[in-house]
Amino acid sequence: MRASPIRTLIHASAALLATVSLLGTLWNGLDERGAALAFGVLVTVGELTRWTGAQVREAAPLGAAGALSYALLGANGGQATHHGVLQVVAVVLAAALLGSVPHLARGRPTLDHLARRVLTVGFAAVCFQPLYNQGTFGGWGAAYALLLLAILALTALCDAVLAAALAHARTRWPFGPLLRDELRAVLGIGSAVCATGAVMALAVAVVGLWAVPVFSLPLLLTQMSFRRYAAVRTTYRQTIASLARATEIAGYTPAGHARRVAALSRAVGRDLGLSGAELTVLEYAALMHDIGQLSLVDPVPAGATAALPTEEQRRIALLGGAVVRQTGVNSQVAAVVERLADPSREQPVAARIVRAVNAYEEKVRDAGPGGPLKALEELRLGTAGDYAPEVVESLARVLSRDCLTLPSAG
Amino acid sequence: MEALPARARVYVACVVLGAALGLLPLSSARTPWWAVALLAALYAAGEQVAARGRFAGPFYPVLLAGAFLLPPPAAVLVAVLGALLSPVGQRPRRLRRLWRAAQLAVGVWAASRVHWALDGRDAVVASDFPYALVPAGGAVLAFCLVLAVLDGGILALAVGAPPAPLGQRGRVPGRRARRGLFARSLAPVAVHGLAGLMMAVLWRSPYGPVAALLVLLPMCVSWWVFGQYHRERAAHQATIRALVQAVDIKDGYTRGHSERVGQASMMIARELGMDDERVEVLRFAGILHDVGKLGVPTRLLRKDGPLTPEERRVIELHPEYGHEMVRGISFLGEARAAVLHHHERLDGTGYPYGLLGGQIPESARVVAVADAFDAMTSTRSYSRARPVPAALQELERCAGAQFDPRMVAALVRVVQRCGWHPAVTADEARPPAPAVPSRPEVHR
Repeated sequence: MRASPIRTLIHASAALLATVSLLGTLWNGLDERGAALAFGVLVTVGELTRWTGAQVREAAPLGAAGALSYALLGANGGQATHHGVLQVVAVVLAAALLGSVPHLARGRPTLDHLARRVLTVGFAAVCFQPLYNQGTFGGWGAAYALLLLAILALTALCDAVLAAALAHARTRWPFGPLLRDELRAVLGIGSAVCATGAVMALAVAVVGLWAVPVFSLPLLLTQMSFRRYAAVRTTYRQTIASLARATEIAGYTPAGHARRVAALSRAVGRDLGLSGAELTVLEYAALMHDIGQLSLVDPVPAGATAALPTEEQRRIALLGGAVVRQTGVNSQVAAVVERLADPSREQPVAARIVRAVNAYEEKVRDAGPGGPLKALEELRLGTAGDYAPEVVESLARVLSRDCLTLPSAG
Repeated sequence: MEALPARARVYVACVVLGAALGLLPLSSARTPWWAVALLAALYAAGEQVAARGRFAGPFYPVLLAGAFLLPPPAAVLVAVLGALLSPVGQRPRRLRRLWRAAQLAVGVWAASRVHWALDGRDAVVASDFPYALVPAGGAVLAFCLVLAVLDGGILALAVGAPPAPLGQRGRVPGRRARRGLFARSLAPVAVHGLAGLMMAVLWRSPYGPVAALLVLLPMCVSWWVFGQYHRERAAHQATIRALVQAVDIKDGYTRGHSERVGQASMMIARELGMDDERVEVLRFAGILHDVGKLGVPTRLLRKDGPLTPEERRVIELHPEYGHEMVRGISFLGEARAAVLHHHERLDGTGYPYGLLGGQIPESARVVAVADAFDAMTSTRSYSRARPVPAALQELERCAGAQFDPRMVAALVRVVQRCGWHPAVTADEARPPAPAVPSRPEVHR
């Protein structure tokens, strides 16, 4: 992993904030120990139950909600509190570190996660605590609830920007689509986290610390449903991949072809700035792009469809689309597979990508060391009709970034 | 509507009457009308959105918050208005809507009474925790119990008439279904009750109804995810079926065979008392057992007449091809072993590995029996279908040498008790462009 200036900057500011808060809290001592302990335990539990599957935006919703509600905690059972920004950050940091111990022990990367948590909680606390401690919000009533919500919305936006910047620094994928995906996630689990954070802060203000265990249960439910959703998505992917292997088992295509095309297509799609949902469609279409060949009585030699006459290619594509429609995947996938053999100007962008990547993969397969460059050259020459120029250029970029080796399946 | 038996209609009428009695004291009590209107509208709006398939889950937190906040008649009014305004999926619509409203009204009435009797209202107003949890817990129990009893009643009365829409779940033996209703609904309703309590407490706090509405947001997100989960699961099952259909493309006359073997495997597994999860896995094992035929050249599969030893050896590779295909699907678990070993024989003369007796995985022994049974009872190019009793006799004859006697006995028992009615799957009557339901039914 190469260090990038953005990532270093984020980590350095998080470390600075953390150090100042810890020192300040040590100097002044803890105010309201009960509340600090309760929220600390909540954040720790949230971090412990953090899941580490791929494709999850907010890995520890309970931890995030607990941390945010502590940052926005005004009264406790009707009594005003006096803890400041520094104590909030220090408590959340200590709890998050404690909860991360098992993850650190297993060698999972947690540094980005911790930096994000410290900075967002710091932001929320800076917005709220000084004003509250001056007594600005006395007697605001319903407006107070709305104010908390507004602060949380701002915090969520900042967090999305932060997460996108970190992901950009880590993977070098374009920033725009990453930010778009993060913002979309804010509407999903992000809104649940914000609402729970606000509700918990308000509920503690009314009924005291009893609210913490009682009211974290519904969020636990949300977390469980997300987990099940993630699990079924995973098995679904596996099944699609197995279906894609059908052509390999049947001897129509060489082993690993579908998987390689899918991985490379995904990389190209990312480079071209497709969003998360579009990438999924692209990946499924790439996995199943050869499935129409199952309807052929005799295999195409070496499964090399790119060398067939256009009419034959189109027929296989239509047959494939018919099979894909039966799988119950998003109908966009079938549409992409059906139009794989159309002229590139009329194709959706996913079909352009799969077509070019498939041709590249077939050309490179047995070509030896000079193969990739020669294959790219051939694709460039073919751009006028069959392969879209911007896709071929993107493919070249992706390949040069990965030193002309195919990325392992992600 | 015609098909619903008279006793079920009388039952519905009684429940409606009970609900109306719960509403009666409304005129004498002081009713906070705007709160009733707001909660009812909230409930109806939630159900409207849910009906469009975006969410899965009833909006009980709103009803329970009403029960914790309002006097019993007003809480009942919220349930009645909300349920009458919310959409109903299946016919007969008017009757269903009426039933739903009456059922919820009686449930909310019971919950509200219990809460009131345990001094829950004062606890909510004074936000007296942890005591407020006690009346809330009692109310949730009452609500759940009433709903389960009423549901069980209508199921029992309507099951007598199979075409009745209300009796569609009647496949499950009635008593078991009723016992399950209460246990299964208690945990989710308890969480809904906590959310309702949270709403009620915040509603009475200085922060007012706005803060109470915030409580619903995480619940909505959770329902939305749950709906997504069901949609994805349905798509996943369709994909498994597509794997099988890929085999059908190559080998036409096995059409329906896979589904029937899946069904027979499921029946055997259930008869052997396996838990639901394993039964489901075995159904998949049955469905997928021949998926490796994809790897066998089409010409061999479609060949009429006897096969040469060479060709037979090629066909006998299909369990290994099948295992190679499905081994990446982790949730299939022991079904993968069943795919690999479903042609093994107890005496060790089967293929691919020639395993003996107990070495053969249990799942494979189940699928082997189901496979042979369906092969005998359906028409193949080389043989006519045999009647079911003859097939069972043949299986019993081969038990011990080829098949596990336990599995054979289980199949014989279950077929003698329930008969063998292989479900005619949709794909046989399917139009050329198959209609996969784009919006799978959300479990409510």
